[in-house]
Parts: sequence; structure tokens; C-alpha cells
Amino acid sequence: MTRAALSALLSHWRRHPLQLAMLLLGLALATALWSGVQAINAEARASYDQAAAVLGQDRLDRLVPASGRDLPQDAYIALRRAGWLVSPVIEGRLRIGSRTVTLLGVDPITAPPQAQLGGFDGGAGLLPFLTPPGEALASAATIADLDAAALPQSLRLRAVENLPEGTLIADIGIAQRLLGAEGRISRLLVHPDQPVGLPAWQDITPALRLDRPEGTADLDRLTDSFHLNLTAFGMLSFVVGLFIVHAAVGLAFEQRRPVFRTLRALGLPAGRLIWLLMAELLFFALLAGLVGVALGYLIAAVLLPDVAATLSGLYGAKVPGTLTLRPEWIAAGLAMATLGTLVAGAQGLWRIARMPLLAPAQPRAWARASEHAVKVQGALALALGLAALVLVQVGGGLVGGFALLACLLLAAALALPVLLYAALALAEKRARGVLAEWFLADTRQQLPGLNLALMALMLALAANVGVGTMVSSFRLTFTGWLDQRLAAELYVTARTEDEGARLRAYLADRANAVLPVWRTEGPVAGAPGTVYGMADHATYRQNWPLLTALPEVWERLADGTGALVNEQLARREGLAAGDPVALPGGTTLPVVGVYSDYGNPTGQAIVGIDLFVSWFPDAPRLGHAIRVSEEEAPRLARSLIEEFDLPPDRVQDQAAVKALSLRIFERTFAVTAALNVLTLGVAAVALLASLTTLSGMRLPQLAPVWAMGLTRARLARLELARTLLLAAMTALVALPVGLLLAWVLLAVINVEAFGWRLPMFVFPSDWAILGAFALLATLVAAALPVRRLARISPADLLRVFANAR
Amino acid sequence: MRVSLSLLFLLLATPALGQGAGGQGFAGLGAEVPEFALPDPTTRLEFPRDHGPHPAFRIEWWYLTANLTGPDGTDYGIQWTLFRSALAPEMREGWDSPQIWMAHAGLTTPTAHHSAERFARDGIGQAGVVAKPFAAWLDDWQMIGTATEGADQFDRVRITARGPDFAYDLDAKAEGALVLHGDQGFSVKAGGGQASHYYSQPFYRMSGTLILPDGPVTVTGTGWLDREWSSQPLDGDQTGWDWFALTFDDGSRLMAAQVRSDSGTFSIGTSIAADGTAEALPDGALRFTPLETAGVAGREIPVRWRIEGAGLDVQIEPVNTESWMDTTFAYWEGPIRISGSHSGRGYLEMTGY
Amino acid sequence: MLLDITDLTKSFPTGEGPLEVLRGVSLTLSAGESLALTGESGSGKSTLLHLVAGLDAPDSGSIHVAGQEVGALPDTARAKLRREKIGLIFQQFNLIPSLPVAANLAFQARLAGRHDPQLVTDLAESLGLTSLMTRYPEQLSGGQQQRVAIGRALAVRPALVLADEPTGNLDEATGDAVIDLLLSGVSGTGAALLLVTHSPRLAARCDRRLHLTAGRIA
Repeated sequence: MTRAALSALLSHWRRHPLQLAMLLLGLALATALWSGVQAINAEARASYDQAAAVLGQDRLDRLVPASGRDLPQDAYIALRRAGWLVSPVIEGRLRIGSRTVTLLGVDPITAPPQAQLGGFDGGAGLLPFLTPPGEALASAATIADLDAAALPQSLRLRAVENLPEGTLIADIGIAQRLLGAEGRISRLLVHPDQPVGLPAWQDITPALRLDRPEGTADLDRLTDSFHLNLTAFGMLSFVVGLFIVHAAVGLAFEQRRPVFRTLRALGLPAGRLIWLLMAELLFFALLAGLVGVALGYLIAAVLLPDVAATLSGLYGAKVPGTLTLRPEWIAAGLAMATLGTLVAGAQGLWRIARMPLLAPAQPRAWARASEHAVKVQGALALALGLAALVLVQVGGGLVGGFALLACLLLAAALALPVLLYAALALAEKRARGVLAEWFLADTRQQLPGLNLALMALMLALAANVGVGTMVSSFRLTFTGWLDQRLAAELYVTARTEDEGARLRAYLADRANAVLPVWRTEGPVAGAPGTVYGMADHATYRQNWPLLTALPEVWERLADGTGALVNEQLARREGLAAGDPVALPGGTTLPVVGVYSDYGNPTGQAIVGIDLFVSWFPDAPRLGHAIRVSEEEAPRLARSLIEEFDLPPDRVQDQAAVKALSLRIFERTFAVTAALNVLTLGVAAVALLASLTTLSGMRLPQLAPVWAMGLTRARLARLELARTLLLAAMTALVALPVGLLLAWVLLAVINVEAFGWRLPMFVFPSDWAILGAFALLATLVAAALPVRRLARISPADLLRVFANAR
Repeated sequence: MRVSLSLLFLLLATPALGQGAGGQGFAGLGAEVPEFALPDPTTRLEFPRDHGPHPAFRIEWWYLTANLTGPDGTDYGIQWTLFRSALAPEMREGWDSPQIWMAHAGLTTPTAHHSAERFARDGIGQAGVVAKPFAAWLDDWQMIGTATEGADQFDRVRITARGPDFAYDLDAKAEGALVLHGDQGFSVKAGGGQASHYYSQPFYRMSGTLILPDGPVTVTGTGWLDREWSSQPLDGDQTGWDWFALTFDDGSRLMAAQVRSDSGTFSIGTSIAADGTAEALPDGALRFTPLETAGVAGREIPVRWRIEGAGLDVQIEPVNTESWMDTTFAYWEGPIRISGSHSGRGYLEMTGY
Repeated sequence: MLLDITDLTKSFPTGEGPLEVLRGVSLTLSAGESLALTGESGSGKSTLLHLVAGLDAPDSGSIHVAGQEVGALPDTARAKLRREKIGLIFQQFNLIPSLPVAANLAFQARLAGRHDPQLVTDLAESLGLTSLMTRYPEQLSGGQQQRVAIGRALAVRPALVLADEPTGNLDEATGDAVIDLLLSGVSGTGAALLLVTHSPRLAARCDRRLHLTAGRIA
């Protein structure tokens, strides 16, 4: 019986292959975008973990310089001779050809086991690793990326696993020489088991600071917002995809009602019927899920290089540009597809379960507009809108921000049918002409069948407007800020302190001004941050992008009685002008101004250069901003390169730095843009699915009109116009929703995620383009069903009137 | 012959010095490595020069063991060892120096055994040995010569070491002269002719303090310092050895050892009279018989022995059967008691079980 | 002659080759005349009606409605003919579900551009629909729906009313009442009526009767 029943049920799909295709396509697309985003996130997270685990940094305490960049090797020997089990690490950036890598120098002899210096399994001995020319370990991908001919001092490379992208590990002696840091050490790894009765390390080498294992927290915290962003997009796409599935499953169930009834009447128990349908759905879910996961892998593989560039540019997090296939990710994708299918099919199954055996056939029950449903949706939309308002008031961090987004979008989606219904009813009252009346009335009647697809379209469009507005506003603000911030004509970075001093001497009478760009890393207001020293110069007085400032801010900065902090630090710590801010070395200064800083999400403070030098005498004095007339700049740059034999990347003009910053910016949002377009694509498919399935049900409504004197071509045109009208109205609703979304992104999400609030700019021309794109997508989606209608044979239409019906 | 050759060979053959990185990365020395110096029977030892390091040889150690007694009569034993291992036959300044230092410290009580190890790079000051004024150190572990002017540098030394749960600080004062093993300090280790340069100071009178988990203990006793360097691993089929440093109550001493191989054993020994007169014992002059084994660290280890020959027949039993050196290269090493034709105390090292 | 059909043939493709539904039918109908077309299921009477309405094209033969050759007309002209000259009544009523009764009544007349509000009011009254004007089709009974369909067909002042089993979905009493209304309505507007039915009782109420058997006039 089961088998016979199953074949009766499945025969439906043979007769409606398009419906089946839509169901599978919807499910596959939903799964694809979701799992694509998940794959990207998983890849990134895995590489953060790997980076955090390098040299056991996620497990070992570290002794680091209390200020400045490094400590003398003597301090290491002194600690060891006092009995402390510590192991030295030197870290620096090394340029190899056109690439810059992180070089870690370690001592494999004293490194604690937790440092897990993997990789000494390549068969080469310790001797070539320890002694010149030395050997560097790196991941195979990193090695492939490096120009072997450009390797310094005939350093050899050896491929090992489990090293993060762009990182080389060499012996500390080799690394010190390569980095030009002989006798210097960046930090000491502290062995977890120390001997008894040691003297305090503070008594042996002051000027150190003990850092607890940082784990993945730092990168996680920094990149959380970015990944949450991606996840939100993935989720949105998934929901949009589920709309398609829901529509297809609902229709298939509705159309098979007579079959269900017959099967029940012939003695198939209701439970068995439900199970059969569930099995059918699960089969589809697995099938489409597999396709979706494969598609998702493709999407992730295509997007990952951009994501990697973004993470590297914005957060300094290194993620490989290639994807690893992870089984848990495939399983998650399939689970998502299955769950989604069951959710989308739940309503249909529930109805079947409750269907009375002898209920009259109601082929249009599903599509019939229910004023009640519209009212319920309206009430829900209102409630969600109110919830959004409450969330705006209450706040609640990044998660709260995304909850606000969810409420807003869901409210808008639920409100859409209500708005369309009301608008059409109003237009109908005002309509003159029988065709217009019929057109509007019929459009309204069709709404329930198209609701979900239109909601999907609305969400995609709103997301597009919102994210587009956010990105464009950001870009405008960012470029303006760059102009202010990059006021100097040239930026020169010396390789050594000595070279820096010679540079300053050389430039003294060749430039209008040489402004130090010196900085030190350390805790600012209790969290890792950076402190800069700033010279008192008109360049800053005129250009520095201050958001708020006390009177005489520049004087107070110059005489060392105040500090500037960046916006993200001020927001995070709730600092206002006049509040004290804790700086490295246990000192505190009052905040005299807050400046905007879109370069990175970490906290930053600026103090006067004199104070900086006296507080942080060890901070390297390498960076310099040079003021010189614009005509002089190129010549000076050339002579600097020649005179000091500087690599060209150490002398950069304003335009180059701006171009680099903008390039990083554009790549940051390339992924967002791509996901945006994909989401819109899924929405178009949702619309296509709904229109295609609806077109079959439209005939009984269209045939009488045809019979009464309209040609098929005219009817088809009207159908097209109807779809376009709905799409246009949807786009119209999407616009304010999108702007609201942009506001939330700029004023809530950005503040939580990055610590800066951006002004909102609107770009009506973008909306016009998007609107045109939406209509085009609708046109494409509607083209197939409309074409079928225009060419339908009279016999098919006449069947509507046939007595047998 | 101490932990010695094959232990250091192991060191070189074993991954990343305890980093657990796996594999045979540091093996492969053999053929490609520059030529190391070989022990030479015509070499005559000279002091204080030969108290210092011999970087042209592949391996070398400064190895002190002591049998100690607390105020309540409790027996203790300590071990202090500094190993030098050369990756190439030279020393250089700075990180480039192709030499590695390793130190082991042990402290045995009748009920507990503590051990610790340290590693260091050569050339940066973290570890090293200077012949005069004598100093051998790795981190804060050290053996510092405190001999009076004119005396041998080994005449008096002070040793300190510290582990996670123990420490010691001991004074060692020699009551006799240095003893050269084998032929003028040229000591043959196998039938194949493998040899080392080997001398000892077996006549230390010890005093000082042990720091135990329960608190400090003042101790006195006897000590024995071994110095040995070589470049040659053992024969391929040699699997381990049992090494005895015996201090008899009558003031005489015996260095007795056997190297085990699949085909049999090779014995070495030096009989040392109370006045310091030494007599090398040829292969076969001593016979070693395990009397009882015990399960230690998952292995069956012969903890009781009978040694016959050179006019004695003694039985050996450990102060603590659990004297297991739980270091990167693990072995058994601990204080022993001697009974039979002669009585006394000593130290036993067993490897390759 | 309002309707002149000559040698009309029509076949439909099926799995077992073409099925000949009409095999040379000829008939005429004058203005104001009513003609009942009877026959068994599958005799081709509905197909004949559809061809007359220009809803489908014949294989051969000619159909002249008010002097126009229907078969030769392009799609748009045929639609215009249907709009202006022909009132259609179906067994399934086939009202427009999204429009209320009033709009359904006036629908075709307004499409044809000859909407006469007075006529619609009169028709609604004579058909007993005055109180139902704001209702939607799904809120009406079968008989009520068919009365709306009749009103819709007559409101355009057609030259020819084509009715396909108009009482097929109604019980006998309702059906009789609907036929009364249809006949009086048709005669009131002076249109000709071609009534397809399998019921001899209904056929008897028309001026003339023709019986169709296997695609031919008997």
C-alpha cells in the first residue's frame, strides 16, 4: 500500500517538473548562500585559532616590554641565570620581493613544549636550522606565494603544516640578523612549570610586563562584527530561499489534495500519509542540500580571497585565500537544508493532518485572500515595529543591533502585504475604466499567492538600499577623512633608529617641516592600544579631524597636559573631553579632544611629542611625515630613495597612501556587495517560482475575460504589467525600509562593531538604478510565465469552460 | 661511563629536544656533518685545561653524584650533570654557535625521587664551562670551583640546582687526587675499539643543604665527579649499560660498568685504592649478575645486582627502586647500598631498559 | 442571416491520432431567433459553440456572424467581435471572482464601450439581482451566479447569445427559472440565441431544435 501510495504521490512531480525544479532550486540556493557564508566564517575562525596557537600564545604567559618594541637579549640571559624558565621570541615584518611576511624568531632549544614548534619533522637537521644561512618554516601556501629568488641571505624555506598564512619561523639568531635586530628580543614565553624559590622577575629585569595568554579573543573580538555581518547576510538569503520552498511545497500540497483525499478514502491512514510526505520532503531536502552545499563551496571559494583581503586590511588577521573542505560544514549545510524544508513544509503537513476525510475540494483555498490573515500580519508587523523602537532605546550591543535589524526587516516584510492591499484597494476605488478596475481587483486577489515572493524581493531590495547607503556614506566620510588626515606630502619610514636620525638631519633644510610619526603599543584605558606622539604644527591644527575638543586643545597637547583619543576609544570607554584616560606606563592624562579614526577598530591616544619622547624613550623613531611644496615632493622622494638607499615602499607620497587606503576600503565591501547581488538574485528566483506556479492557477480567472473579448497577447501584457506594478510598489516600500536599515547600520551597528558613528548620505541615483534593476529582475522572472500565457492554445483556455471540469 | 654516548646520540636523534615535534629531524648527523675529533690513545690529559670543554668532540659531560645522610640518618642521593652536545666541531660567539647544552638534576630519598632537566644554546652566555677559574653552568644551575690557589680546580666545587619541587646547594671538597681511567685516561668502551677520554674525582667529602617539599635538610656524605668526552657512538648492536660508582667503607673505590649487546657484554672497571692508586680492569675481569627486577615506569629493571671479580663479591641494592629520571631521555639513576665481601655506598645508572 | 455556418469541420489531436469532433456542420440562425442544439456528450455541440464565438478556429468550412467570416478574422478582430456582438453564458458561470456583482454585470459592456447604466439597472432588476450588487461571486449561489452571467451577456446588447449548458450545474427548479430569465431577456434585447443543451425539455422552449450526433446534424 505504501508503495502504491508513494507512486501516486510522486506522479505529481512528473507532471509538474517546473514546480519540482523551483522547489529544489529554492532549497539549493538557500543552502548555498548560507553554507557559503558559513564556510568563509569557518575558514577565517580556523586560521585565527591557528594564528593564536603559534608559539602557544593561546596557552603561555608572556613577558613583554612595558613600553617600546623590544628588550635587550641581556634581560633574557639575566632571567635564565636567575632560574626563570623563559624562551625568547623576536617578531618582525620581513619584506621578501613584493610580499611582506611576519618573521618569528624562536629558540627551539628552550621553547616550552606548549609552544609546539611543529615542523621539525622534515628530515633536515637542527644544525641547518640553527646556523647560517638558516632555515625558515612556513606553510606550503606561504612558500608558494614567495619569490624564492628574493630570499635574503640565502635563507632556505621548508614547508610545514599548521602555520598561519604569511608567517615564517626561523631560529632566533637567524631572525635577529634578518630583521636587523641583533641582540634584541620582542618577548619571552614563560614556561608554565617554574622551579621553586625564584626571585621575582621584576627584581631582575624591570620594564617588563606579564601578558596572560590572549587566546583567540583579540582577533575574535575585532572580527566578530565582520563575521556577524556575513552571517546576517547568509541568514537573510536562507530565509528568502525558504520563501521559495514554502511557496512550492504549499502549492504542491494544495494541488494534491484530491489525491490525498482519494488515498485516504482508499484506506491509507493519515499518519502514514504524513510520514510519506515527510519522507518525500526529506529526500528533496537532502538532494537540494547537497547541491546547495556544493554551490556554497563555490560561492565561498570565489568570495574568500576578498574576505581574506578585507580581514587582512582591516584587522591584520591573516586568512588563507583558499578553502578547505570541512566535513562538519557539509553536515551543517545539510542539516540547515533539512530543517528549512521541514519549517517550510510544516504548515502544509499540518493542514493535511487536520484535513477532514470528506472535505469539499477547494483548489483555490490556498490562494484565496483572507482579510483576517492580512489583519494578523498587520498586527504582528506593528508589534515588531514597536519592539524595534524599544530596542533602539535600550541598545544592547552588537547582538542587540542585529536583533533590531531583524525586527525591522521582519516588521517591514509582514507590513508589505497590508500596505499593498490597502494601496490597491484605494486605487481600485479611484479607478476609471473597466479594465483598470478589473486589473487592480485581480491584482489584489493575487496578492496572497505572491506575498512571500514579494516579501523576499522587498527584503533583498531593502538590504540593498540599506547596505548601499551605508557603504556609500562610509566611502564619502572616509575619503573626506583621508584628505584631512593625510595632510603631509610625503611619508618616510626609516629602517633603523640611526637611519631615522640621519633622515631628520638630511631633511632639516630640505623640507618645510619633518613631523614625527612615532608610536608605541601598550594598554590604553586598560585594553591593547597605540599611543602616538604628535608635534605641535599647523598641519595638525588645520587638518586634524577633531570631533570634539576643549578650548586650546593644541596648546594643551603641546605642553603635555592633555591627550587626544580616537572616537572608538571614546565611545567604548564613555570618555568625554576632560575625562582622564590611562596610558601605557601607568600614567594618566585628561582627554582634551576626540578625533575620528576610520583606520582600525582599536583604541588610540595622541600625546605631545615631547611628552611622548620622555615617557617612551625606547619607542622606535622611524616614521616621519614630511611637509614640502607639492612640486618639490616627487624630487625629494627620489633623492631620499637614492641618498639612503631606501626601498621605495618606505617613501610614500600622499596619493599612494590614499590609494592604498581606498583600495583596502573597496575590498572590504566587495564581499558585502557580492552577497547583496546574490540575495537579490535569490529574490528574483522566488518571484519566478511564485509566478510560474501561480500562472497555472490563473487560467480560470483569465479565460472568462478572454472569452469576453480580450486577446491572449493583451492579457499577457496585462499580466506582465501586474507583476511589474507589484514589484514597483514593493520597491517603493523597500526604499524607506532600506533607508531605515542604513540608519541602523550607521548609527547602531557601526558604533557597536567599530566604535565610530558615520553621517548618513543619500544617493537617489543609486535608488533609481536599483529600482530599474529590480524591475528588470521582475521582468525576467515574469517573462517565462507571461510568454506561456501569450502563446497558450485556445484549447487550454477552453478547458476552463469544459463541462467536465 | 655514565649517561653518555648513546643518551646524547638519542638526544640528537630525537625531535626538537622535548618539543614533541616527532620524527628523526636531528638524526642524520653521521655522514654530512663535519669531522669530529676522535679520542686518541697518545693524548695526555692536562689540567686545568681538560676541565674545560672540548668542542671538537661531539659529546662531553661534567657529572657529579653524591651519597648523602641527613641528621636523622636518612640516606639521600643527588645527581648534577652538564652535557655538551656539538652539532659541528667548533664554538662560535652568539646564536650561531653549533653547540647545545643540557643539564640533569636528580634528588633521591628512600621514598621519593625528584628530577629536572634544562637546555641551553651555546654562545649567548646562558650555559658554558670555563676551565679556570672553574665554572660550569646552565641557567642558575652551576658547579663553581672554589679551590684554593695552587690546588687543582676540582679540589673544591660548589654545586647548585633547582627543579619544580626540589633544590640543593652543596659543597664538595676532594680528599684525594684525580683518577685517570683506562690507559692514562683513554678508556676503551667496546670490542670494536670505541673509546673516550675519561677521568674522575671520586674522593669528595660533601656537605650542604637539600630543599625538599617538606623543607630543608642538612646533609653530609661522599661525592664522585666524572669527566668524559668522545665522538663515537657505541657499537651498533649495543643496547645499554649498567654503571656502578662504588665507595667502600675501607676508603677504596671501584668504577664498574658493563655495556650490554645482543651478542654479550663488555665490561670496564677501575679499581681505586684508598690512596688513589688506580688499576684498570680489562674486559671480563668483572662479572655482573642481576638478582631481582622491579617494575619501574612501565619497564622491568634489575634493581639488585651481584658483582664479582677484582677480589670482591658484593651485592647491590637501591636506596629507592623508583629512582627513575623522568627526563626527555629517561633512565634509572640513584644511590645504592653495598653488602657482601665489602660494604659501602655508591651510585648506579642503568640505561636501555 | 445573423449566423450562417457551412460545412464546418474540426478535429483535435489526441494520442491515437486526430479526433474528428465536427464533420461538416451547416446551419443558419436569423436575428431574434432561438435555436437549441442538442446531442450526447462528445457530440461536438460545445465545440461548435466555441467556434461560433471565435474562441477557436475551424479546420474547414465557414462561419459568418453578422456578415463577418469569423474564421478569417485575426485574433484582435475576433476578440472585438466577441466583445461587441456575442454574449457568452457557460455552465460554470465563469464570473470574474475579483469583481462584485455590479462590476461583473457591466464588465463586457464596458469592455465593448457600450455601457448603459440604465440597461444594467433594468437587467439587475429583472434578474432579481438588485440586492446582491455589492456581493462577490463566491458569496452567491449557483443560480444567482448564472443570473449574473446572463445579465453580463445581455448588458452588451449582443446580436447573438451563446449559452453552453447554462443550467447544467443547477437543480431543476432553479434551472427552469434561469431559462425563463434567459429567454425573456434575449427576446427583450432582440438577440438571437444558440442554446447548447442535452435536455430535450429545455430544447423544447426554443424556436428551433437541431440534434448533433457524432459531429453531424441529424
